[in-house]
Amino acid sequence: MNAKGPGPYRPADAPPPEKKTHAVEAILLPVLTAVVLVALWHAAVRLSHTDVFPSPLAVALGLGELARKGVLGIYVRDSLVRVAAGYLLALVLGIPTGIALGWYSGAARAINPVIQLLRPISPLAWIPVAIVLFGVTNSAAIFLIFLASFFPIVVAAMNGVRNVPSMFLHAGRNFGLSAPALFSRVIFPAALPRVLTGLRVALGVAWLVVVAAEMIAVNSGLGYLVIDSRNAGKRYDLVIAAMLLIGLIGLALNLLVGRIERLRAVRWGFNVP
Amino acid sequence: MRPVPTDSFSPKNRRSRPARTFARKLLPFSGIAVLVVLWDLALSVGGGPKLLPRPLAVIRAIGELGERGFLVKHVVASLFRVTWGYVAAVLVGVPLGIVLGWYRRGGMALAPLLEILRPISPLAWIPLAILWFGVGDVSAVFIIFLASLFPLTLTAMHAVRGVELVHVNAGLNFGLRAPELLRRVIYPAILPQLLVGLRLSLGIAWLVVVAAEMIAVSSGLGFLIIDARNAGNRYDLVVAGMVLIGVIGIALDAMMRSLERSKALAWGYTPAADADQPRVERRDTARASALP
Amino acid sequence: MTPTTGVKVRIQGLSKAFHTNGHEIRVLENIDLDVRDGELVCILGPSGCGKSTLLNIVGGFLPASSGEVTIDGSPVSEPDPRRIFVFQERGVFPWLTVEGNIGFGISGLPPKQKAARIAHYVRLVGLEGFETAYPQELSGGMKQRVEVARALAVNPDVLYLDEPFGALDSITRLIMRSELLRIWEAEKKTILFVTHDIEESCQLADRVVVLSARPGSIRRVVDVDLPHPRDLSSPRYLALRDSILEEIGLAHRI
Repeated sequence: MNAKGPGPYRPADAPPPEKKTHAVEAILLPVLTAVVLVALWHAAVRLSHTDVFPSPLAVALGLGELARKGVLGIYVRDSLVRVAAGYLLALVLGIPTGIALGWYSGAARAINPVIQLLRPISPLAWIPVAIVLFGVTNSAAIFLIFLASFFPIVVAAMNGVRNVPSMFLHAGRNFGLSAPALFSRVIFPAALPRVLTGLRVALGVAWLVVVAAEMIAVNSGLGYLVIDSRNAGKRYDLVIAAMLLIGLIGLALNLLVGRIERLRAVRWGFNVP
Repeated sequence: MRPVPTDSFSPKNRRSRPARTFARKLLPFSGIAVLVVLWDLALSVGGGPKLLPRPLAVIRAIGELGERGFLVKHVVASLFRVTWGYVAAVLVGVPLGIVLGWYRRGGMALAPLLEILRPISPLAWIPLAILWFGVGDVSAVFIIFLASLFPLTLTAMHAVRGVELVHVNAGLNFGLRAPELLRRVIYPAILPQLLVGLRLSLGIAWLVVVAAEMIAVSSGLGFLIIDARNAGNRYDLVVAGMVLIGVIGIALDAMMRSLERSKALAWGYTPAADADQPRVERRDTARASALP
Repeated sequence: MTPTTGVKVRIQGLSKAFHTNGHEIRVLENIDLDVRDGELVCILGPSGCGKSTLLNIVGGFLPASSGEVTIDGSPVSEPDPRRIFVFQERGVFPWLTVEGNIGFGISGLPPKQKAARIAHYVRLVGLEGFETAYPQELSGGMKQRVEVARALAVNPDVLYLDEPFGALDSITRLIMRSELLRIWEAEKKTILFVTHDIEESCQLADRVVVLSARPGSIRRVVDVDLPHPRDLSSPRYLALRDSILEEIGLAHRI
């Protein structure tokens, strides 16, 4: 009996429930809710006669204005490029580090406290250090993104390796695998689901940080758009437009990694319905 | 499946037992010690920017703060803001998450919208926060509230969705109606997961306090970091602030972890799957019959 | 054990179909069954034949597509404390102790009465000494006992057991079967028991309802007219068991 979650009880020998209506509902319900909320927003703006807070229409027009001026594309690209740079750097350095820490538990015991100590320090707190090291440039932002993504990736890789069930290791050795082969054919595949989860978390953090970094340390990108729209003229319609874009792109990135998690090679490691 | 400590495959296990336990205890501090040493070396030897402080300078800076009474003032201010924002998020987010998890349609309707709001950095909310609440403490608390709200709601929602159907059905079988079902089945069932989510959200709240305190407040560790740099490039204070944030962050996390481990909630930790023997001593030892 | 002739559970014309992606999957086909008060009836069938679905419908957790279940004359539409479903040991609440679990359904009673009843059922299922243990500290068989005790504590009319011993090893299963019989004779409940284990059904039941493979319909109802305790090597027992094996189409030589 593996039925989970509230809802009509489905005993083990029954076929799975209808997936079709669920798919339709899954799209329809949020869309309808969004429409209702937008309508409420519009009504609220109208009724309160505010001249500062924008209506949904104003936000949409603002977006269009940015798109027409070409600014939108540039800012989105800038943000994405920064994320890519910092994130990939964190990936390339973080995964081997995490794997090493997972394998040599002595090293882990020594270094784990350092990681635990550095992790709660917001990347934002590193901004002054970043600026000192790199100036108010792209590199500072990339450094911050790297820092923010590095820790989740290392921790995930470390845990992934550590939690490979001993059964698998024994089986590998039983079949005469040498250490490198054991690693590539048993440990790495077994650790992969956890590593992917860490990658997803890290990407989410990277996206959060790029926006934050852009609000403080550089002069382009979606984060910059948010702060600049306000400072240079209280264009709250652009502020909200930028925020919505940030949210949507963040969601898209999350879904992207989710897709990778769904690949059959790693699906076994996740509770994919 | 119990994971094996992987260093049983490495050739390092040849020290004697007492030496090993001593080394075990020392190891965690050694990492930090090495970091500090490297930090000091890097700055004194390398031609690094003269602005970055050496470890000793940072420690002195912390001492300075303590002497002048600012240490307590800033730490308390930050904790104060985090507490307000976090508690508000718990009071709003957990019930909301439970409702969204229980009513499948509600979850389907709102979860995607939450997932759109979640990736928006708390900093990006600052302009709106200032617009709504003006400059100052309320805005800062609002930012912290927002940052903790989304992960908390989503955690509660997933936790409710993950409640075993057998337990829900058993509750229904015993005649429990919705409010009682919630109190006696759902709530205890989600508690372990909820606690983990509470801990992680507290971590996020603490992380964000730095961002939140950029909204023209005049106390707090985040403010200290910004102000120390703006008002005179006191990087020793900046790093001191960072260290304090890190340490308090660990303390908060440890505190929440101990909650997770308390006996009444220990059931949430599944022991090794191959434990099929009772581990409890029978009070009445006169009966020798073994129980299956 | 003198089963009264009163019919406790009446299943009439019960059918169940699930709808997936436009197809209709018929799981149960026209089930007619009367269960008398105090009887122990086994529903036997291969995996996937719909027996668990049947039990869930009877328990009120699933609606039937057609047909009806009545208990003491009134139709069943939802779960009810008078008829408790015993899931496998996973149904035990992990956040409550043994005492807490057993007392779950009787929380409305005055404390003294509640404590006395809990103690009675702890003794009945043989878990003295473990009252304050949590389920994670117990073995599978012990957890199953907790669940049975929890079910009995509310004094239900009917007990439904859905492959309750499925997750236990075979030695434990044998022990639990005789425990169940002991409890049944002490408490005189009506029991509807789903299993895929032929031996189990012959050892326990007054009547064995043999279901066909999906869509499940009743192939045969076998009356097991042996008194308890049953001699598992007696010719009569073996004959009954073999007739069921044949009914299902299985050889009795491996």
